[in-house]
Amino acid sequence: MTELKHYFAPTSLDQAVECLKDGDVTILAGGTDLTPQSQAGRIKFKHTLMNIRHIPQLSGITLEGDEIRIGALTTITEIMEHPLVKQHLPALVEACDHFASDQIRNAGTIGGNICNASPAGDTLIPLLVLDARVELASMPEDKLYRHSMPLSTFFVGPGKTRKSLCELVTCVRIPVPGAGHVSRFYKHGTRPALDISTISIGVAGNYRDGVLSQVRVAFGAVAPTPLRAELTEQALEGRRLDAAAIENAAAIARDEVNPIDDVRASAWYRKEMIHNMTKRVLENVSA
Amino acid sequence: MSALKHDIEFTLNGVKRKLTVDVTMNALDMLRDAIGLTGTKYGCGEGECGACTIQVDGVSLNSCLMFAVDCNGRDVTTIEGLANDPRADALRDAFVEHGAVQCGFCTPGMVMQADHLLHKHGHPDEACVKRGLEGNLCRCTGYKKIVDAVVACGATE
Repeated sequence: MTELKHYFAPTSLDQAVECLKDGDVTILAGGTDLTPQSQAGRIKFKHTLMNIRHIPQLSGITLEGDEIRIGALTTITEIMEHPLVKQHLPALVEACDHFASDQIRNAGTIGGNICNASPAGDTLIPLLVLDARVELASMPEDKLYRHSMPLSTFFVGPGKTRKSLCELVTCVRIPVPGAGHVSRFYKHGTRPALDISTISIGVAGNYRDGVLSQVRVAFGAVAPTPLRAELTEQALEGRRLDAAAIENAAAIARDEVNPIDDVRASAWYRKEMIHNMTKRVLENVSA
Repeated sequence: MSALKHDIEFTLNGVKRKLTVDVTMNALDMLRDAIGLTGTKYGCGEGECGACTIQVDGVSLNSCLMFAVDCNGRDVTTIEGLANDPRADALRDAFVEHGAVQCGFCTPGMVMQADHLLHKHGHPDEACVKRGLEGNLCRCTGYKKIVDAVVACGATE
């Protein structure tokens, strides 16, 4: 059994990725998940516990060219209150607004929500439909190396991502949507606060003269990963958003998802909810 | 086998503190067991109930979801730190006046969260208070009196 031997709180990105070189590191950001999971014994610490709070490069929300960069350490509260996000990314604001409780939104970070890779992670669905890319840093030789990948390829299973043990998520980058872009997020839970999604839905695209294009649809809590629903997207792409097109897309969505029965809902209920609520979200776009 | 320890320095209720803590300890256990400030309550240990709410660098959070080592260099306020704060006085009076306390176990967390809410929103209406307190459970009052107390406190400021 590995045993926790070191605690390290780097103050620069270089120090952090150097520490990650041996891959035997548990990363601490907001701590809202790691604290209870580790205390309950569900997560075993690796050799080093690295607290990334004091790395300035991981903070802040900025406009860089035609992208909005959100640092991995940005809290959910900071995101939902930021003018750039409020102006350009309403679906992300909506998801943050339905995220846990005020106390948890004040501590939990977007990098943590992404790396936890929960199929029900609240911010992941809007990030997917907004074409977010996740940026990773590592130090393969002696130099800091950054690369990025679409968030839609980042998740491989519940709690599993394509991030290697030597990499750190530094930020997400979201293209600034152009004129006519619409985005929606819907989450269903049994109470407004502190509930893990039974299902969630994200829809985005360009909406002009009743026609939706560049369509993005994503669903949460209905598959082993947050799911980009490509068949549903194809059914909507370039189509006039009338009642028939909406019903057709909702029916395809019901068949495209692959949920499980668990304590929150049955698979059947989730499929029905995906059908009914996709229809309602699309009706809302076309209204 | 002894647990890994780490030295931290932080401000607790306006006073600088130095402390050696177990790296895996949470902030709630540090406050209650290592420091002896028992006003902050242990309810669920997983962020559902809000009884352990404290303020760190001006925002409220669940101390059970925070590592003690993560307090290093930060400004921490607990319910004990509100003892001489005029706004907290008003909040306390409002809780008494509206009968917002029954068994009292949730009260420190409620007051910490309400204090944060009033800092942020000034004069919150009922809907805003209900949203702000949704991470705090109370099994006695049915919430009405607590919400009334916070709304009334905001209205008189």
